[in-house]
Amino acid sequence: MIDHLREFLSYDFVRSALMAGSLAAVLAAVVGYFVVLRKVEFAAHALAHIGFTGATGAALFALSPLEGMLIISVAAGATMGVMGNRLHRSEIAIGMVLSVCLGVGTLFLTLYQGFAGQASAILFGNIFGVSSRQIVQIGLLSVGSLAVLFVYSRKLIFSSIQPDLAEARGVSLTVLSLVFMVILAVSVTLASQVVGILLVFTLIIGPAGIAARLFRGFWSGTLASIGLALVAVWLGILLACATNWPPSFWITVLLFVPYVVVEMLCRFVFKVER
Amino acid sequence: MSAALLINGASVRLGGNDILRAVNAEIAPGEFIGMFGPNGAGKSTMLRAILGLTPLSAGRITIFGVPAGRANREIGYMPQSRVTLEGTALSARSMVTGVAAGDGWGVPWHRRTLKDEVDRVIELAGVGPFQHRPFSVLSGGERQRVGLAQALLGRPRLLLLDEPLASLDPRNQMLLIERVAEIKKTTETTILFTAHDVNPLLGVMDRVLYIAGGEAAIGSVDEVITGEALSHLYKTDIRVIRMEGNVFILAAEGGVIEAARHD
Repeated sequence: MIDHLREFLSYDFVRSALMAGSLAAVLAAVVGYFVVLRKVEFAAHALAHIGFTGATGAALFALSPLEGMLIISVAAGATMGVMGNRLHRSEIAIGMVLSVCLGVGTLFLTLYQGFAGQASAILFGNIFGVSSRQIVQIGLLSVGSLAVLFVYSRKLIFSSIQPDLAEARGVSLTVLSLVFMVILAVSVTLASQVVGILLVFTLIIGPAGIAARLFRGFWSGTLASIGLALVAVWLGILLACATNWPPSFWITVLLFVPYVVVEMLCRFVFKVER
Repeated sequence: MSAALLINGASVRLGGNDILRAVNAEIAPGEFIGMFGPNGAGKSTMLRAILGLTPLSAGRITIFGVPAGRANREIGYMPQSRVTLEGTALSARSMVTGVAAGDGWGVPWHRRTLKDEVDRVIELAGVGPFQHRPFSVLSGGERQRVGLAQALLGRPRLLLLDEPLASLDPRNQMLLIERVAEIKKTTETTILFTAHDVNPLLGVMDRVLYIAGGEAAIGSVDEVITGEALSHLYKTDIRVIRMEGNVFILAAEGGVIEAARHD
């Protein structure tokens, strides 16, 4: 067992995967906690899909998929942030933008045939293919986003739990919504480097959703969310080494199982329906 | 001694419509004012104007001598729209702490002064018995008390409560009103309490601010809740019937405008 672990860790690509995975997991876990508080899960999901267009379109403009995704999802996130002061009202708008983006993404795929293999990596994740340049990129963006979140966290919490009172106290809901959606766009892009676009929901929503369901304070909730995300990513990567099954599969399963257990406990044992 | 709230010829125009027309009212420190009027009459707009969120097209509003403007520390506000936080276990206490720490920058460190202030409002609003339970599983009455605690943070001298009785059963309505009356007595806070129905507040409020058709009348219940005064506001014939200590407001051509509701 220990020998296996040592063997896996001797590979560069495994260490790179663990490094990139940890960075994305911490960021996704913290951002995810705010996503759950602010009820913008749908927007998080939509941003990941919009990113697909950027990733496939990037090749046309000689950019890397990561750069392409970042540009388009930050632009989309900023638009959503400014438009939807209170985002839950604009789900139709998000849905429409999402579908047209997927449509354009498909067009890009057709225009640039050689991209099909990479498209699968973008959609389902290719954490074992992370380059050292990508790790630096992910590291810088994580640190930057976490720093902005750190600065804005109190106002974000305030405006999430009591928006009208926050507005009366002089907190600008539009500015906060814009800042948050841009950070969300960045972290969605990063998370998709690890688990792929289709599974990005797992890292953003999974750990935070479980933690928010269980913990009664902001600190305990955020820390539990980080812990869960890290454990899921680490175990997922190591299990992928041991089984040769894709890490995306393991990470989603490792988060889905505790989610179902917690949901069942809340519903049937503790009877907390809401 | 300046008035707690001075509304002087205040008008609000939104999208070409006159929402409020030259409203005048002077509220003394420590008064409990009930604000009434039909839906869409301008009650919420009045509150937003006092908070400095909706600009006046004419007139002025001062709070303890200071013109209305954003982020006024003297005002505590309990909004009508409420967050449910479905699917989270955040406790009632966290809801209060999050607001208490909400103004600054950086992450909320748990400082002693912050904790003391949270303890104070939790005690005042009667949140204590359920402060560690998840907010999402609380009853309507309990949630309203959390909202009240949030509004009391920072010792405001004027408390604006926007429809706190909405969707509460009569017993919880009475409990909340008693709690607000108690807060008014112990902290000498001025209260502006909006409600749909006059009757639950008859025993506790000092005066009435009635808004209808963009105009307002202020005075004692006996002065304002009369057929004559309300007919003037509504610009139609209104009758007021008093029965067993309750007040019923009816349009002459039929239909109860306001009465004790039993829902």
